[in-house]
Parts: sequence; structure tokens; C-alpha cells
Amino acid sequence: MDRNVVKSGTAMALAIAAMSLMAAGADAQQRTRITVYTAIENEQLQPFKEAFEKATPDVEIAWVRDSTGTLTARFLAEKDNPRADAIWGLAVTSLLAFEQQGLLADYKPKGYDALKPLFKDQAAPFTWHGIDAFAASVCFNTAVAKAANLPTPKTWADLLNPAYKGKIVMPNPASSGTGYLTVAAWQQLMGDGPAWAYMDKLHDNVGVYTHSGSAPCVQAARGEFAIGISFDMRAASEKTKGAPLDIVVPTDGVGWDMEASAIVKATKNMAAAQKLMDFSSSADANAIYAKYYNIVAHPAAKGSAANYPAETEARLLKIDFAAMAANRDKTLAEWTKRYDGKSAPK
Amino acid sequence: MRTSLDRDAISQRAALLFAGAILLVILVLPLATLFEKSFQNRNGEFVGLANFVRYFGTPSLVASLWNTLWVSVLATCIVVPLAFVYAYAIRRTTMPGKHVFRALGLVPILAPSLLPAIALIYLFGNQGIARFMLMGESVYGPIGIVIAQVFFCFPHAFLILSTALAIADRRHYEAAEVLGAGRLRVFLTVTLPGVKYGIVSAFFVVFTMVATDFGIPKVIGGRFNVLSTDVYKQVIGQQNFEMGAVVGMVLLIPAVLAFVADRWVARRQVALLSARAVPFEPQKHPLRDWLLFGFCALIAGCILVVLGISIWASLITYWPYNLSLSMRNYAFANADASGWSSYFNSLTMSVLVATIGTTVIGFGAWLVDKTRGAEFLRGVVHLLAMIPLAVPGLVLGLAYIFFFNSPKNPLVFMYGTIGLLTLNTIAHFYTVAHLTTLQALKQLDPEFESVSASLKISVWRTAWQVTLPVTSPALLDVWFYMFVNAMTTVSAVVFLYGPFTKLASVSIINMDEAGFTAAAAAMGCTIIATSAAAKILHSLLAEWLARRTQAWRSR
Repeated sequence: MDRNVVKSGTAMALAIAAMSLMAAGADAQQRTRITVYTAIENEQLQPFKEAFEKATPDVEIAWVRDSTGTLTARFLAEKDNPRADAIWGLAVTSLLAFEQQGLLADYKPKGYDALKPLFKDQAAPFTWHGIDAFAASVCFNTAVAKAANLPTPKTWADLLNPAYKGKIVMPNPASSGTGYLTVAAWQQLMGDGPAWAYMDKLHDNVGVYTHSGSAPCVQAARGEFAIGISFDMRAASEKTKGAPLDIVVPTDGVGWDMEASAIVKATKNMAAAQKLMDFSSSADANAIYAKYYNIVAHPAAKGSAANYPAETEARLLKIDFAAMAANRDKTLAEWTKRYDGKSAPK
Repeated sequence: MRTSLDRDAISQRAALLFAGAILLVILVLPLATLFEKSFQNRNGEFVGLANFVRYFGTPSLVASLWNTLWVSVLATCIVVPLAFVYAYAIRRTTMPGKHVFRALGLVPILAPSLLPAIALIYLFGNQGIARFMLMGESVYGPIGIVIAQVFFCFPHAFLILSTALAIADRRHYEAAEVLGAGRLRVFLTVTLPGVKYGIVSAFFVVFTMVATDFGIPKVIGGRFNVLSTDVYKQVIGQQNFEMGAVVGMVLLIPAVLAFVADRWVARRQVALLSARAVPFEPQKHPLRDWLLFGFCALIAGCILVVLGISIWASLITYWPYNLSLSMRNYAFANADASGWSSYFNSLTMSVLVATIGTTVIGFGAWLVDKTRGAEFLRGVVHLLAMIPLAVPGLVLGLAYIFFFNSPKNPLVFMYGTIGLLTLNTIAHFYTVAHLTTLQALKQLDPEFESVSASLKISVWRTAWQVTLPVTSPALLDVWFYMFVNAMTTVSAVVFLYGPFTKLASVSIINMDEAGFTAAAAAMGCTIIATSAAAKILHSLLAEWLARRTQAWRSR
């Protein structure tokens, strides 16, 4: 009897294992399937994929989506044996680093000439083209502010007000693209020394450093913290959902980064990847980008997101992306040394 | 007789070598690759101890070491006694509702570690419904980490201690009674020594779990850094693989300590259940039973509150402004591109992990325990089996990237597949499964083998006809332990999933990072529901199996 128990148990387990193996192997595909790395927001993935596959029926996208720092780390870890065929929507500062290491293919997509000059690689090898830009924004919860009697900040310097102690949340620049563009902008705006002095003081007011760039605004929207340093589109979408937010675009200017597309040099699906680049740079694609971003690469596409702070474009700082990419390691090491793990929340 | 013995010895040794080879590929070689990385710079040149010097020269990183240490010690010292009393009440008293308490005590194991942390934010966060209970202290930091870790680690300690307390020889208690020993004395001189192996195991399992978990400090750690979040930040934020490798090496220290302590205690453990043992059955003692009932009700109540808050959070439309309930957060495609497919990937992988894992680990533990002679080989395989306990998932994941994504590796085709995620997860949870099986095996008297040998029955046949049926409840536990952990694990697989193999737990991380906290809670609840269904199936099977195979335990 004992043996029967064990035998039937073993048989059952084997049957389950066999069934799941079969299920795992059962999705054969006819179309060319390309692996695309991206850092765009989750809700945009499905519309982007559908639009591309409608325009290019013989190619199918398999997304790998993660936040900027994670995806960049992953791509570099895999550089000896790349897994991605193409990149569609990752910070240009990361792509510049990839280009430097010779990991991207030289390709000028069909839509290249029509794009705004700022949004395309200007020197050979032509590896990337921009799709959209996202800028730093400050989410200010008016309900929390009223309860705690907090003034509305107008400039970056206003954030040093001791009344905000422990009530600010900002992304960790080491993992978040938004975090790094904000810090890099402070450095370019104030100069290196004063920027660190500024961050030293800001550190006293920061309650939490988050992993992603969206999270600070979401936490401010929920009232977990009063002020979240985040980016424009997340601020607009949280306000649209009904959170009591004021979106503050500091008057002294905000940092920004561009999301861009590129082909991975080692791809075995070059033709399909080129089709993706052609689509990514097209006017049609830019019309879709414009649903989510107010600043996009094609001059004809106009952004239309609800609650988008109109003053953003005028307050964008002139950013030196090459310097921003080159200084990344040094800045993050210094940032980590100064602020990371120094103390528990007070 | 001689030839039969030799054939057994040879086949057992061959199998033991094979078990060692498996551990070598899924554990040692990837870790060795990572080890190598910690002595290299970014371009792969050997730089000696330069990375370590830089690490210990960075005050913030050394502060993390201290933070990890005291938080882990504190959480462990809270969890293990709580779990011990809870397990004691269930195993050694006649208190009512034991089955319900046992089930509730295991509930936290059904959830990914991120979920209790999310629930604590809804409870004690700056907008939390019970934040007054913290008296102005912030939940972001050590307080939140310790509370969430206690919740998350409780069932793991409970499971180990419950197994340890499951069996006792009634004759020891009768002897103590006859000799006039008081209750306390019996407890100190009979009960505790009988389970000390379990207690030490529980301490190390919980300590290393807390020290190496990164889900909880990630969600609720605030500015309080620990080693595991350092690995995450070094690697993911700064693309600094060599420093990640260094922190990983530092996190291996507890593994060495655990191994030394384990060997030390194991050498002193005497088989509890000799062939002549009389199973212990608890006697009625109303005062003790009701006191312990109250204690268990309190613990179970806390667990239910955390669970309830998680479910409630997953159903709220837009917290804290629109508290109406809806299923909106369960439409995962809005929050994560892989939508529901990540859930089905998790399901497939978990079945594979549990089935392959239980077979391999159970067999391995049997070989370690029952192979005659071959002391050295057994010691080596046991050492290898102990390593995963202290290898943080992040480090194992990182090690797998370096090892399995190298073009020189013949196994490179597995990269990004469910197969690799399965191997990685088996390796990640190897130790507790190994220890649980070993614990069950250690309670069997070696005399069974001696008797078989004198009857000229091969060890394999004894294993199949005696050991396997008798340990089958433990193996069933291991199957579900592996299944549930595979459903909930995050840290190793976050580096390894491919475009078609994203897992549910990874999508929780992604959704939480992007701020879709409610959707993350919803995916967490979906995982809980799945694990709970599995658990119900488990208890039905266990009861059936116990009736069939464990009749010998009672007279």
C-alpha cells in the first residue's frame, strides 16, 4: 500500500511536469519576433506595440521593460552576448554610453531628416534618434500642505525651507533616470560646488529616496509625502486621476532627458530592427508619442496630455548631454557617498 | 553479503557524486564566476583587493553592514521565540483550533515579501489608518523593516520548529515524571534538547533571510540602507557589478558561520526516534492550553490584519481619495505590459521547481544522511547544500547572468528561459528543503538500515520501502514549500527573466517601482490566492498521506 501511495504521487508529479513543459514549448511563431528593450511607462507599451505591428505586419515586438537604470545595467551586463534586437525609448544618456562601447548599429532611419535637430544623432556613427523628452516636475499635495500649513514652492531654492523637513521625496539618481537628470541639471544650472552644497541642505528635508522617477509623484499624490520631485507626465496623469496636486515647474529652470531608439549591433534580425527604427522616427509614431508626451521629436506632432504644465517647455535648461553621460559615474559615486545610507529617517 | 554491500556503496557514492555535480553547475560555478568578478575591474582585469579596499573605505557602505546586522539580529530574536511558542502550542498541547492556527501561521509564506511591506504603508504610513500607534515615529526605516520581516519570516521559523517539535519519545517524558521532575525542568532537560537542532536551524534561516531579503527594505526602508539594497543600488543604479560582487561576498559570511554552527550542533544530535520509540501524545492541561490559545489568537489576528489590509488595498479604486471598491487594479495590462501572462509564467515555473526540486533535493539529502562511509564526500555535498541559505537572491541572479550569459558556456541557450529560472529558483531554496528533509531523516533510527543490511536487503530497497513512505509527509511539505516560494520569489529572478518569461513577483516589483502600488497589491493577492489553493490541496493530501503512511506513530 505504501508503495502505491508513493508511485501514484510520483506519476502525478511527472504528469504535471510534462504538461507544463509542453505548455511552455507550445508557442511557435510565424512572424519575426524581435526583443525590444524599453523604459517608457507601462501604460504606453500596448498602444506602441499595436501601432507598430499594424504598420509592419511581419514583425512582432516582445518587450523587456524596466526603469532606466535597471535596463541600462542589464544591457551592459549582457554586452558580450546581447539579448535585445533594438531599443525603443531609453534615456539618450544611456545610449551615448552604449555607442561609446560600440554596442549600437549605424543606421539612419527613413524619418531621420524630418526630426527636430536636437532629437537626432548629429555625428557619425548615426546610432540613435530621439522620440520624446521628459522634464523634471515637482508634485505638491495641496491637501497635506493645508493641514501642515506649508507654502507652495516656486523655485528649487524654496525646497530648502525648514518647514519641509522630512516631507520631500525624490528619486535616487543612481537608479532613476529622472533622479539623475534632476541632479545633472542642478550641476549645470548652479555649478558643481554650489549644486552639492544645495543637495547637502536638501538632504535634511528629504524623507525617502525612491528607486523610480514616477514613485515620488505618486507618493505625493497619495499624501504619503507633501512634495515629490518627479517628471512632467507622471505629474499630469496623477492630477488627472483626481489627486489634489499643484504641479510646480521651478522658475529657475528644469532638467530633462530624451528617450531615444537604436538598433543593437549584434542583432540577428537587422531587417526587422531597421523597420522598427523607420516606424519609430515616422510622423505616425510621433502622433502616438504626443498622446503621452508634450515634447516629441517630430515638429508636426503636438502634445495633448490633460493637466500638462504648459510652462515646462519654456523652462527647459540647455543640457549638455555628452557631459551628462560622461559625468554619470563620478556624480553618482559622489551622491552615494554623501547621501546614501547616511542615516535613518528622522 | 560482501558484494551486495559493495554494490550499494558504489552506487550510493556515484549518486552522491552526481548530486554534487548538479550543485556545482547550479550554484558553485556561477558563484565562482561572481567571486572572480569581485577581484576584477570593469574591463575584466585582475585588481586584487582594490574593490574590497574601496568598499571598506566608503563609510555609508560600512554603515549598511552594521544596519543589516542589528536589524537582522533584532528581527530574528523576535521571530524565533514567537514561532517556537506558536509551534509548541500546536504540537505539544491539547489547545483547541490547532488546525486553524497552523494554517493561519503559514499564511505569510503565501505572499511575496513586498506585500507585508505594502500593507504596513497602508497601516502605519504617513496616511496610514493606524499611524497613531507609532507615536510619531516613521514607519520608513528600521521599524517598518523589522515589523515586516517578523511577519514575513514567521512561517519559515514556524515550519522548522514545528517539524522539530512534531516527534518526541513519550518514554523520556514518562521517565522524567517518574523521577519527579517539575514542568519547567522537563521542558529544559527533555523538550529543549530534543529540538535544539531545529532551534539553531531556525535562528540561522531567519537571520540570513532577513539579512538577504531586499523586497522589504526596498519598499519600506526609507533612507535606512542595508546590504541587500546596496547590492541592488550598486548593480542596478550604478552598473557597478564589481562592487555588487563585493557586497555579495560580504553577505556570504553568515553562510560560513551557519555551516560551522550546523556541523557543531548536528554532531551532538542523537536520533530521537529509535526503533523502540513510543510517540509522544500531549496531555490536557487547561491553564497552559488556554494561555497558549490566547497567544496564538493574538499572532493569528495580527497576520489576518496584514492579509486583510493587503486585499482591501488591492480593491480600492484610488487611495486615499476614492475608497469605492472595484476590480480595476486586477486589470494588470494597464500597469504592466506583460499583464496576466506573468502570472501564468510563475505558475508553470513553480510546478517545475517544486517537482524537480523535491526529487533532486530529497534524494540528495537522503544520500548525505544515509550513504555509508564517504564522510568527506557527504560533508562536501552538505556544505554545498548549505550555501544557498546565505546567498542573497540578487547575488545568485547576478552570478547567473555572468555564468550563463557567457558565450563560452555550453548552457548559454538556457538564458532567459523558464528552464534557467527554474534552476535558479531550485538553487535559491535548496537549503531549507534540504534541512527539512534531513531533519525528517535524522529522526529515523539508523538501525533500520542496519537491520536491512543484515537481512541482505539493498539500501535502495530500504529507501524505497521504508524511508520514502515514512518521510513522505516531509517531502510533501518540501514540494509545497518549493512551489510557494517559487510563486513568491523576486530577488534572484529579477535579473534573469526574458521577454516571454516575466514572473508575477517581478511584475509586482515593476508595478511598485512605477508607483502602481494598488496593482502591485492586487498581483500579490493573486499570488496569495494561488498559494492558498495549493496549501489547501497540500493539507488534504497530507491528511490522506498521514492516514496511509504514519499509522506507526501512534499505538
